[in-house]
Amino acid sequence: MAATADAHLAELRERVSAAHRTHQALRLKGSGTKDFYGESLAGEVLELRAHQGIVDYEPSELVITARCGTPLSQIEAALAAHGQFLAFEPPAFGADPSIGGVIAAGLSGPRRVYAGAARDFVLGTRLLTGDGELLRFGGQVMKNVAGFDVSRLLCGSLGILGVITEISLKVLPRPRAEQTLRLELPAAAAVESFNRWSALGLPISGGAWWQGSAWVRLSGAAPAVRSARERIGGEAIDAASAQARWDALRHCQLPLFDRRVIWRLSVPGAAAPLSLPGELLIDWGGALRWYADPAEGADVRAVASAAGGTALCWRGAAPAGRFHPLPPVLARLHRRLKERFDPHGIFNPGRLLAGL
Amino acid sequence: MAESDIAVALRRFLPEDCVLSREEERRPYECDALTVFRQLPGLVVLPRTESQLQQVLLTCSRLKVPVVARGAGTGLSGGSTPHAQGVLLSCARLNRILEIDPHERIARLEPGVPNLRVSEAALAHGLYYAPDPSSQVACSIGGNVAENSGGVHCLKYGLTVHNVLGVRGYTMEGEPLELGGRAPDGPGLDLLALTIGSEGLLMIVTEVTVKLIPRPPCAQLVMASFADVHSAGSAVAAVIAGGIIPAALEMMDRKATAAVEPFAHAGYDLTAAAILLVESDGTPEEVADQVREIEQVLCSAGASTLRVSGSEAERLRWWSGRKNAFPAAGRLSPDYYCMDGTIPRRHVGEVLQAIERMEARYALHCMNVFHAGDGNLHPVILFDANDHDSWERAERFGAEILELCVQLGGTITGEHGVGVEKLNSMCVQFSPAERAAFAAVKEAFDPAGLLNPGKVIPTLARCAEYGRMRVHHGALPHADLPRF
Repeated sequence: MAATADAHLAELRERVSAAHRTHQALRLKGSGTKDFYGESLAGEVLELRAHQGIVDYEPSELVITARCGTPLSQIEAALAAHGQFLAFEPPAFGADPSIGGVIAAGLSGPRRVYAGAARDFVLGTRLLTGDGELLRFGGQVMKNVAGFDVSRLLCGSLGILGVITEISLKVLPRPRAEQTLRLELPAAAAVESFNRWSALGLPISGGAWWQGSAWVRLSGAAPAVRSARERIGGEAIDAASAQARWDALRHCQLPLFDRRVIWRLSVPGAAAPLSLPGELLIDWGGALRWYADPAEGADVRAVASAAGGTALCWRGAAPAGRFHPLPPVLARLHRRLKERFDPHGIFNPGRLLAGL
Repeated sequence: MAESDIAVALRRFLPEDCVLSREEERRPYECDALTVFRQLPGLVVLPRTESQLQQVLLTCSRLKVPVVARGAGTGLSGGSTPHAQGVLLSCARLNRILEIDPHERIARLEPGVPNLRVSEAALAHGLYYAPDPSSQVACSIGGNVAENSGGVHCLKYGLTVHNVLGVRGYTMEGEPLELGGRAPDGPGLDLLALTIGSEGLLMIVTEVTVKLIPRPPCAQLVMASFADVHSAGSAVAAVIAGGIIPAALEMMDRKATAAVEPFAHAGYDLTAAAILLVESDGTPEEVADQVREIEQVLCSAGASTLRVSGSEAERLRWWSGRKNAFPAAGRLSPDYYCMDGTIPRRHVGEVLQAIERMEARYALHCMNVFHAGDGNLHPVILFDANDHDSWERAERFGAEILELCVQLGGTITGEHGVGVEKLNSMCVQFSPAERAAFAAVKEAFDPAGLLNPGKVIPTLARCAEYGRMRVHHGALPHADLPRF
């Protein structure tokens, strides 16, 4: 396995070096489940799925290290065998994504604001750069401040700085107890309640609202979950239905996601309801607001900005780019970083930022 | 003596007491808490407002004068060691708490706010700021951002990077910059994560938005004794493998407990080779359950005695010894040198034994305190700074510990930063291409290289020289260990 992996890596280095020499754009591809995500796809496909396998997993260290092409399902199965999991609940869109794609996209599921984002769990990476150098940043330890935190920079970089070939992630034990509650509440009251319950220290690990119902997930030690359940009230949902509901939310499989135009707005967690007509789904205890088919002419970006957040056009025709535009000073820093890590601009050109 | 151009230029817009140019005024700024590295700054500037700070940067940038930012000066790696011809920019006067929002559970702070003051201010709302470095009474939030500071509770609650939502500040060129914010996961590269822990090399932070969390209603501490360090190390792994994430999981070896006990009177078992302090927090029911589990695991892992804190006073007394470990070292020896390597937890016993062998070789004593849950070691080497040979041995002793950490798959610094102290060790941990990548990040933010120059990233020449020196002193250390 290791010998095959070395061979794959050597081949990748060769492909990347050749592309660097000839200024050939490369489109990095794991499973291709997130081809819809990002500004644009360009370049010759560089398949990364073959570079796979768990390199190291020691449950008592709370760390797993895997090659970029490793399927997420394989990692989750290995962790589950030891009662552990990826607490940022990475979404999968349809098929089985690769861990490299999960980290390059940097997307997180319902636990985002409670347990942390994908980047919070990244401990180390290996990066293949344009000139064929294989660099190692971070490591397999929880605390590491040697040099700049390039590993976390790579999380969510959509591959524009190089090929992430290997990743070390912090993992956590699964909560001992879990209980989902459903309450009939208007959206504004749901967001207010999610924040109030969190401030009281109730062990919330999910707070969502859709079609008149608030969904609250409690995770932790059994006594804490029990007392929070009594405090919050509402209808207790059985474990299987609850799992199905949170999975559907995590993987964007609720019926709302079949709609033609979908916006994803990230706002401060306690932000008041946005004046945006359209079907609403709230996640992250209020910090993530999905809108399906907003009214024609609605200026979604302006609404998001006014609330102190940003708007991402998840599906449908994207006005002036999918991502919320960056202020000029940040765009310039992006350009300078890109020029230095990938001087010939061969990696995923234009995927994170137009023209980059 | 005529004032320098930069002093004249800064005095044009800064009040008299914001610019310190006389030698006796500059002297207190010559070092941070790692006092072996000293350098008198060219000038000390203490702006009172953000706009003054921006003007300082614009002026220094125009005149090509290096700038070193300083918070409370509690850093342990010489990260704010001044530049002889540069401006030492103190953020101490930017110390207002701008906002606390108890419902959203955030605080907006100026960089000079001391870490502990945030939690004190949030207390009325039943909230606090989780990262708690030992210096939290004094250390500033701005410094915490620069260093990505940890503390004893980061196993459960994370480091600074996990608790800061956003920063505002300026580039060296005086351009305003806002990274992250109250809304999570904004567009583009995660420059916030890159900036946290960048040791003042990328930008100057003027506002920090942090996450506040509810105070746990209850906390209890379990203290366990072990007859040898190996079984204490295995017990740490057993706790984690048992699916328990304690609020804190600390280890002290016998040399450390013996050093602190005479004046902290913590009640440590001085016959134990090592003790573990394992804390549980949460609701009373949760804590009762978890403490029971912790006791079971530690017992099966071979703890010779086990005690559970019976009162808040007792819990705090047991902690007082751990928190006073460094001052205690100061009582034993004229000077001490605290290391900060991190290793995978499973190698704890092995590293402690290796350190014991090094003590004999360097003829210096070393006591060990250890954030065991995070694998973060703090060996404290005792030496005498007045004896130059003793300092040189301490420095080599420290470097060898760090090299061992790297060989075991760990790192040279878990939470104290590289600063100037660990520049040589950076040559060991990172390849020339990796160091070039760090330099590239630095250039992207600060093309003129004026912000805290000479820190964190060693030059090629320095690494070449260090490599020659190591070979000159003999074969590579730990030739018996597999290399990976």
